[in-house]
Amino acid sequence: MSVTTAPAVLDRDGLDALVTALVGQGRTVVGPTVRDGAIVLAELASADALPFGWGVELEAGRYRLVRREDGAAFAHSAGPQSWKTFLHPARERLWSADRTPEGHVSFTPEEPAAPDYAFLGVRPCDLRAVAIQDRVLTGGRYEDSGYGARRRRALLISVDCVEPGATCFCVSTGGGPAADPGYDLALTEVVDGDGHRFLVRVGSEEGARLLEAVPHRGADPATETTARASVDAARDRMGRSLPPVDLRALMGASLDAERWDDVAARCLTCGNCTMVCPTCFCVTTEEVTDLTGDHTERWQRWDSCFDLDFSYLHEGPVRSSGKARYRQWLTHKLSTWHDQFGTSGCVGCGRCIAWCPAGIDITEEVAALHTESETER
Amino acid sequence: MTAVPVPHLVVDRRRDTAETVTLRLEPVGEALAEFAPGQFAMVHCFGRGEIPLSVSSVQGTGGLAHTIRSVGAVSDGLCATRVGDVVGLRGPYGTSWELEPARGQDVLVVAGGIGLAPLRPLILGALAEPEAYGRVSVLVGARTPADLISREELEQWATAYTGVTVDWPDTGWHGDVGVVTQLLGRAPFDPDRTWAFVCGPEPMIRATARDLAQRGVPPERIRVSLERNMRCATGHCGHCQLGPLLVCRDGPVVGWEQAQPLLSVREL
Repeated sequence: MSVTTAPAVLDRDGLDALVTALVGQGRTVVGPTVRDGAIVLAELASADALPFGWGVELEAGRYRLVRREDGAAFAHSAGPQSWKTFLHPARERLWSADRTPEGHVSFTPEEPAAPDYAFLGVRPCDLRAVAIQDRVLTGGRYEDSGYGARRRRALLISVDCVEPGATCFCVSTGGGPAADPGYDLALTEVVDGDGHRFLVRVGSEEGARLLEAVPHRGADPATETTARASVDAARDRMGRSLPPVDLRALMGASLDAERWDDVAARCLTCGNCTMVCPTCFCVTTEEVTDLTGDHTERWQRWDSCFDLDFSYLHEGPVRSSGKARYRQWLTHKLSTWHDQFGTSGCVGCGRCIAWCPAGIDITEEVAALHTESETER
Repeated sequence: MTAVPVPHLVVDRRRDTAETVTLRLEPVGEALAEFAPGQFAMVHCFGRGEIPLSVSSVQGTGGLAHTIRSVGAVSDGLCATRVGDVVGLRGPYGTSWELEPARGQDVLVVAGGIGLAPLRPLILGALAEPEAYGRVSVLVGARTPADLISREELEQWATAYTGVTVDWPDTGWHGDVGVVTQLLGRAPFDPDRTWAFVCGPEPMIRATARDLAQRGVPPERIRVSLERNMRCATGHCGHCQLGPLLVCRDGPVVGWEQAQPLLSVREL
């Protein structure tokens, strides 16, 4: 890549122009917006739909919108959805098959009719989550072609995190609050006496072209300093953290820990954590026929390792206890994901904590497993 | 590219047991790549779904075949197909038995029930080159005599030793009764220079591999075939995880040194 564009600054009008330019290119612009008492990800017609003046208050099992005085658009942490909703949708047809009266059968692959997405407001944790799903779904011997098509055409505009929530712990997973490479444009929102503006870093040629198409100015030292200071401050304001130990080894050595019984007594095995997790990728498949019986379709839909059917063999489920299913989820996320895909499966977004109806806190569980392993030693 | 099934014609159908049928399959158009013994295909039954099935015969020796036990909606539908019907196949997927390293050494095959089916092309491969391998032994256990598959072949195969045992004999049974591991003492093999290949229900795999290891066969020379729920076979659905393994990708055939610690954890 030969992008050398220096940092720039967009003001509020520039942000409007950015969205307008993307819509004008025919892209489906998706970003945060307020709906049903939460900040959700949805298609944006203009920058006006962004959650200006909204923040969130998070705790284990708790999520509330709160008003902000400063009018910031991106001063909220992860909401109930992640970008997998769009890149790896909950339901997708894989192929269909037709049978003629003579008994000939033909199979037709689904042509991925992917919109050209532009994602606006990708948090650094979620940018890493996208990179992890890239490895899982396109990095192996076989590619998930629907995901691959959507992903290759998607443009990513990240926004650094300056307002981490009480359930956030990205720093202890080795990431955030500033965006790692992988974005086309990276914004840092600055609101102070000099106004509401966005520092822009360019991450790709496409990002550079987009920036050229909207009104912007060169970054001034004051904006750069303020932006860097607020991201640095966010690093020290993480609400939670994972213990600073080799989590892969800890999980591998904790398969018979007593803590699993403790957490299983609280876990409802509802699967919420897997639905909101930005890296959880598991799917199942369904066969759907029409009334003639001569047309059949193969659909893929999100699945959860908390579902009893997930591990079903004809004798019954391999993981029938809730304890085994919680252990599978956590050890996969933090340990065996490394074996399978060469990376951890956790980015520290905190969604699984906020959206657990029982308020189970992954950082607390890991800390307890660590304590148990230390005690046994 | 999402893998789409390739139409295959059922050219022969043989009922092996009350629950089990062998379908011989030929491609309607384009053919799949050569399967190696131990690998599996995702087999599609029209309107019912897709299941992973190891091959019980490969293109090179007798043509592609699957031996299917009716245990669910899809396997039931596949068992009910007739000659001339079309099923969908994609593959080959997964690891194979890998007979090659066993050249010059004894080959010990231990099967439980329908677990003999995936081992069948391996046995044929070893017997096709008698000079290349040491003593080839086949040990088979089944619930009842009526559950035995490949009975005629078992009698015909020119093995150094073939042993068959059943859990519940019927009135016509004059052979061994009990678990398959009790036949291990009768099979002629030198533990120091033996490759063992084991397929069957998980408790049978555990018991057999444990006894073989006790007899001195190194764990990495005990190859076992694992079974887990599988939806995609391409490493994307997450269902076939067994600890660090994706069984569709890292299995189904793995060395016992890899499988032993995983199968010893309850509900892993």
